[in-house]
Amino acid sequence: MRISVEEVFETVQMTMDQNFDIRTVTLGINLKDCMSRNANEFNKAVEERIVKMGTRLNKYADSIEAKYGVPITNRRISITPASLLLEPLPKTISTVVRFAKTLDRAAKKANIDFIGGFGAMIQKGMTSSDENMLRALPTALAQTNRVCSFLNLGTTLAGINMTAVERVGHLLKDLASRSPNGIGCAKIVVFANAPEDNPFMAGAHHGVGEPDYSLNVGISGPGVVRAVVSKNPDCDLTELSEVIKRTVFKITRAGELIGREMAKLMDVDFGIIDISLASTTAIGDSVAEIIEAMGVTQMGRPGSTAALALLIDAVKKGGAMASGNVGGLSGTFIPVSEDMGMIKAVEDGSLNIEKLEALTSVCSVGLDMFAVPGDTPAHVLSAIIADELAIGMANNKTTGVRVIPAPGKKVGDIVHFGGLLGSATIMAIHQDASPAFINRKGRIPAPIKALRN
Amino acid sequence: MAAKNPKKNNSASGISILTVTGLDQVGIIAKISAAMTKNMINIVDVNQKIMEEHFVMTMACDLTNATVSIKDIQASLARIADKMDLRITFQHEDLFKAMHRV
Repeated sequence: MRISVEEVFETVQMTMDQNFDIRTVTLGINLKDCMSRNANEFNKAVEERIVKMGTRLNKYADSIEAKYGVPITNRRISITPASLLLEPLPKTISTVVRFAKTLDRAAKKANIDFIGGFGAMIQKGMTSSDENMLRALPTALAQTNRVCSFLNLGTTLAGINMTAVERVGHLLKDLASRSPNGIGCAKIVVFANAPEDNPFMAGAHHGVGEPDYSLNVGISGPGVVRAVVSKNPDCDLTELSEVIKRTVFKITRAGELIGREMAKLMDVDFGIIDISLASTTAIGDSVAEIIEAMGVTQMGRPGSTAALALLIDAVKKGGAMASGNVGGLSGTFIPVSEDMGMIKAVEDGSLNIEKLEALTSVCSVGLDMFAVPGDTPAHVLSAIIADELAIGMANNKTTGVRVIPAPGKKVGDIVHFGGLLGSATIMAIHQDASPAFINRKGRIPAPIKALRN
Repeated sequence: MAAKNPKKNNSASGISILTVTGLDQVGIIAKISAAMTKNMINIVDVNQKIMEEHFVMTMACDLTNATVSIKDIQASLARIADKMDLRITFQHEDLFKAMHRV
């Protein structure tokens, strides 16, 4: 059956008016075979591979973008966790910083804006290489532009590594002090249950269970979903869920088509399609505005968590019907600074950090891109992280934290990060939290639900 | 998907769907057809109507013998869109099939 005119224009409208895009095609690259006790050889091999594959990624993304008329907004690379790759090399800060600079240079040569995976899986304990990575991270991230870092600090099966959580509080303070408005902290995400195939930055990495190459696609489209919710102001919630499911089905199918064709052209494995609704600061491209179109007066007010739970479930169901390869984070992002509706909700006093935390118990990724006063103590940052990771650990889901302690800024000040990172009002947070709890360190044991065998 | 033609840029094969919307005026179809003819693109289907004063058209175009790349076609369509104040899109048919057919 031929495609009808109405169907054609529905798709055209999605791409032209409602900001539907392929948010990212991210090529996961295995670098384990580059490992060496010779730092020169190691860095050379890594750089060659990234430049070669990154250049191909851009070339094919351009041709697919032209063919389908759907923008492929970001082309990115994720690598095997860096601390693993650095195991054979001397445990010095300069080793880590040199590797970061190699990645940065390779990404620049290949015209890749962000390269992820510069981090470690330390949910249970740390090797000497992991320890060294933590020591060197602030310097490595401060001296590079395109390198993104992640740390997996907890899982449902291992519990939470609180020794590492305590250190990360200090790490973030150090990193924030080295960049204007603390923006360096936008390049690191800490996780519980970090997925190995997440295509979205800053937290992407190419997991150890992945093949040599894996092409992962992140689709977006809050604008598309908001438009369809707005068109149905009177239907009941069951029907609204159906309407959202049908729309997400369509955009996921488009993502699957594009991902498969990209993987085929590049002659690599097609990995997953991540169906996260990811907002941008563009008008209408906001998850908060979907919640408001559903009937909540403003994001953060009572009703928001239930509405978000309905939205995320409908997104997952629509996506799962459209593709057998749904994975990654898949759900809904609610980054504070990158979503006009979220920014406004904080400014208007409708959304505070406690409600944001409640929202993350039903959304996919956690406390993302929010700013707190620059003088927030390290132990408070650690406590925020511990709380959020506990939600992930206890509920068998991924949660993450990307917090910006903006130096010199006070509650209510606005910090502008620029570009896609947007701007954020500094949120109030208790400055006296749980220093004695955090300083105990050790590990929060895995929850009883980890004993499933 | 249409059979691959190894001599051509892979992105310029098969059927693409062109859409036009904008204020009705003289010469829209003529200009677009001329651009297609020049690039050896065969028009296989056209649906067109005037809704109020708006011109709305979809056109299925076969690129099997096209002499230029998709990017060049899009550039020439963008010039027409610009001159006549129209909105023109040009997207491969597979996208619509994936989104609207199971």
